[in-house]
Amino acid sequence: MIVNQERSTGNDNKSMSSYLATGVKNIQPSGIRKFFDLVSGNKDIITLGVGEPDFVTPWHVREACVYSLERGFTQYTSNAGMPELREEISRYLEKGFQVSYDPKDEVLVTVGGSEAIDLALRALLEPGDEILVPEPCYISYSPITSISGGIPVGIETTADNHFKLTAEDLQAKITPKSKVLILCYPSNPTGATMTYEDWLPIAKVVEENDLIVISDEIYAELTYDGTHVSFPSMPGMRDRTILVSGFSKAFAMTGWRMGYACAHPDLIGAMTKIHQYTVMCAPAMGQVAALEALRNGLGEKDRMVESYNQRRRMIVQGLCEIGLDCHEPQGAFYAFPSIKRTGLSSEEFAQRLLTEAKVAAVPGTAFGSGGEGFIRCSYATSIAQLDEALKRMGKFVEKLV
Amino acid sequence: MEELSPFKLKVLDLLKEDARRTPALLSTLLGASEEEVKEAIAELERDHVIVKYVTVVNWGKVEEEKVYAQIEVQITPERGRGFEGIAERIYLFPQVKSVYLMSGAYDLLVEVEGRSLREVANFVSEKLSPIDSVLSTKTNFILKKYKQDGIIFEENPEDKRLLISP
Repeated sequence: MIVNQERSTGNDNKSMSSYLATGVKNIQPSGIRKFFDLVSGNKDIITLGVGEPDFVTPWHVREACVYSLERGFTQYTSNAGMPELREEISRYLEKGFQVSYDPKDEVLVTVGGSEAIDLALRALLEPGDEILVPEPCYISYSPITSISGGIPVGIETTADNHFKLTAEDLQAKITPKSKVLILCYPSNPTGATMTYEDWLPIAKVVEENDLIVISDEIYAELTYDGTHVSFPSMPGMRDRTILVSGFSKAFAMTGWRMGYACAHPDLIGAMTKIHQYTVMCAPAMGQVAALEALRNGLGEKDRMVESYNQRRRMIVQGLCEIGLDCHEPQGAFYAFPSIKRTGLSSEEFAQRLLTEAKVAAVPGTAFGSGGEGFIRCSYATSIAQLDEALKRMGKFVEKLV
Repeated sequence: MEELSPFKLKVLDLLKEDARRTPALLSTLLGASEEEVKEAIAELERDHVIVKYVTVVNWGKVEEEKVYAQIEVQITPERGRGFEGIAERIYLFPQVKSVYLMSGAYDLLVEVEGRSLREVANFVSEKLSPIDSVLSTKTNFILKKYKQDGIIFEENPEDKRLLISP
């Protein structure tokens, strides 16, 4: 028997890494993960580090799921998801965001928005394709691109421009290998949004360069001072866009892992192939809950959005009073203040804020290029907690400047 | 009945959650000036929409013994005044905390608070039942309060989220 000497060195854990795929080995642990390790074990912390609603899923949604289990609804659903859920998603998007998809072959129910993005990338990428990602951005876009064999190319956005993507910045990063642009507006972590006028020149560049767009619109409902403009609703963009969304943020359903993708049948067909051979279908009970959320949960959703809006005003005003410049986020539930005047790096600031003031926020660098000099503060927490966090941060910053 | 403006409704919602919120905080939360908030509150108080600011107490946490009962009362309405006069006679008793006119098997639902079962029983037998118009009473003692006025009496509702997440 021939033994591969390089790999086979008994039970030494180190050696096992030689079995791993290079693409996976090269992925760095996320900045959030590193910070999570720091936070755990600390007591009496007020956290502004949480990327999920502080509301529990509305009771009627949970109850619908429990009732379905009582009735024994525990089987597989069709690969693409329950037909009535796909129909409801289609109606919801048409009514709320003026984008129309055929529930038969243009809607795919996934295990969270994350799976939808993974499927989209795996369906599209050839090794070496370049994926354009405006940064700072949600932490998983770049690693998941690498796992799929693509090359992530960051496009830095800046606070001066309210972290919006511009056509010029996009154009400057395009090469013959560019294939996909990943958008996430409203943005995690900056809260930036894009208007119709903002999108128009972007759409032109997309068309001219024959790009495919993955538009992650998970925070669409959490748009405050304007109306969310769904990228596929822009002229000519519908058939070159994969719209990704889900129930986590607007319906307070993070743990259910319910998401969906909508696109041209060719794209959804390809994604469904991967989906059926990996997860088969999204969990049946989650689909029942999602259906209930869409049918009867819009009032609850509006109530939660109003509550986030109130806290948004509170945190932005509070941060500015402390002396941390904060552009006004127009969407999602994050404030992204600058900490540059303290002279500390984002990581130093966040670490000291945690140990000295017992407030957890996430260093902007966790979200890629352009994040240095900023921290992400989630305001999905109670008004009383926000008040206390701002007081603590105020005292902390006072010591520094 | 006057229809309240959306702004006043938001003020009411925020004060209902926590009556201690200051006009300064409310103005921040609502994106309005402090004067607008103060004016809205003053009008709501003047119009008796905001009747009183009270504290919801979980008496179960305090050693002081309190007993609550809901009494279903059937009455004969009075000519010309219907149920109003008799309701007033009943709600003026200090131990009566609320009185509702009901549809269904009885007419008034009377909520009573006392220091002991005996005190509540005495109220029913000595004060309530002897009223001429009262035909019958049925007393239900409340054994435990789980939720009152939308507030759940749960011990330290826990935030189950991770401290940091994407």
